[in-house]
Amino acid sequence: MEKTSAAASGQKMIVFNAVNKWYGPHFQALTDINAQVSKGEVIVVCGPSGSGKSTLIRTVNRLEEIQGGKIQFDGQDIHSPKIDLNRFRSHVGFVFQSFNLFPHLSVVENLMLAPTSVLGKSKAQARQRATELLDRVGLAAKADSYPGQLSGGQQQRVAIARALAMDPPAMLFDEPTSALDPEMVGEVLQVMKSLAREGMTMMCVTHEMNFAREVADKVWFMDAGRLVEVDTPENFFSRPQSPRAQKFLSDLRAH
Amino acid sequence: MNDFLIILRDNWTLLLVGQYPNGPLGGLAITLVLSFLGLILAFPLGVLLALARVSPIRWLRAPATAVVYVVRGVPLIMFIFWVYFFLPALIGRTVSGFTTMVVTLVIYQAAYLAEVVRAGIEGLPHGQTEASRALGLSHMQTTFKVVLPQALYNMVPAMVSQFVSTIKETSLGYVISVNELTFAANQVNNTLLTQPFQVFIILAGIYFLLCFSLTQLARHLEKRIASKRAGLNGTRSRAAAPATPMVQAIE
Repeated sequence: MEKTSAAASGQKMIVFNAVNKWYGPHFQALTDINAQVSKGEVIVVCGPSGSGKSTLIRTVNRLEEIQGGKIQFDGQDIHSPKIDLNRFRSHVGFVFQSFNLFPHLSVVENLMLAPTSVLGKSKAQARQRATELLDRVGLAAKADSYPGQLSGGQQQRVAIARALAMDPPAMLFDEPTSALDPEMVGEVLQVMKSLAREGMTMMCVTHEMNFAREVADKVWFMDAGRLVEVDTPENFFSRPQSPRAQKFLSDLRAH
Repeated sequence: MNDFLIILRDNWTLLLVGQYPNGPLGGLAITLVLSFLGLILAFPLGVLLALARVSPIRWLRAPATAVVYVVRGVPLIMFIFWVYFFLPALIGRTVSGFTTMVVTLVIYQAAYLAEVVRAGIEGLPHGQTEASRALGLSHMQTTFKVVLPQALYNMVPAMVSQFVSTIKETSLGYVISVNELTFAANQVNNTLLTQPFQVFIILAGIYFLLCFSLTQLARHLEKRIASKRAGLNGTRSRAAAPATPMVQAIE
């Protein structure tokens, strides 16, 4: 599989430094996470449910706060109290499991809301960019539909386009295909693959192991709030090191 | 049956518009004006109270919660008396019964509407706020561009129900001699002297017709909103859930 050269250049986009997070006083959701994502790299985060994958990815745009350590995004310490949170978040694309499109706005308005309200783009500019992006995810014809009139797969493609409308340097995907009917998974993965091939920096929490095999530069395996294994997909799938990763993969194959 | 028709024939203008045009407007017209003013002026206040109630800022949330609890925990008639006796003392001049009633209704309805709006806000899936904040919209932008447009739309049937209660509550204006429908009916009764049963059946009938048709409207709106949502996907089912119980709770 051919990789973009940006990943090789090694510029750091996201750096986790001894990240710890607790829910309440007793439950530690993340323990000593140390890892980094280079520019242009595609990371797939996997692991059993409850292992902290979603929590981890949500700390990157501060949908979750952390209690220890540091996360840097493009050189900024994002959990510092001094950061302009709204401005920072506008630079990180986030795609949710449940799409979370705005049902009271048409598809094109969903894509225009943040560029006009946060970046101060004119309506015309925002609409033009929105149209390009919809075309790119294959939904130009649905610009004036409402989210409720779309299938799950279409909604998730719109959600990706909505995130892209902010021209983010990195995209986070939190189980983007888990809420979809099986026949719609492919169309969403297709869009994600094309993004990956264009050199977008991506962190994806997903159970789609074929996606991981095909486009990931690294697989991060998590268990019980710890980052247990970081490896290339080739190594991870053929020679998992930890017993927990071995068990996880054999459980997956059993299905 | 004939009695009813005769009473209506002789007194319909009094019941409908009071002494107007030879005197002040009254009767059903004033009842409706009071209800409309009550609801329309209470609406922005109710939205503000609701926003304060769900605000992450404690010093906004605490007083708003206190206001809502106090107002909802006191009978309306108590409020009418308070405003009736204290407002003139406070501003140093006499206040008409009509103004007293409007002020009272606005305060009272605002507290109830605040709870309706709050339910609408809290009934939205959390993902809506998250998605908006993740795109970089501020708390305020999220409130006004994402949360309120959906919450208010979902709560339209509940607000119509609230309007129905307001109509019924205007009848309490009678105790401070506001010239509304109940007052007019009582005037008719005082003139006729011998037919209180018929007069007050007519009064009840007018209120019932008005409130029943509005309740039907609320039902219709609720169905329309529900079917509009049914056309949407399952992801919205959490938002759809509160609509039906809300209306019943308020009635």
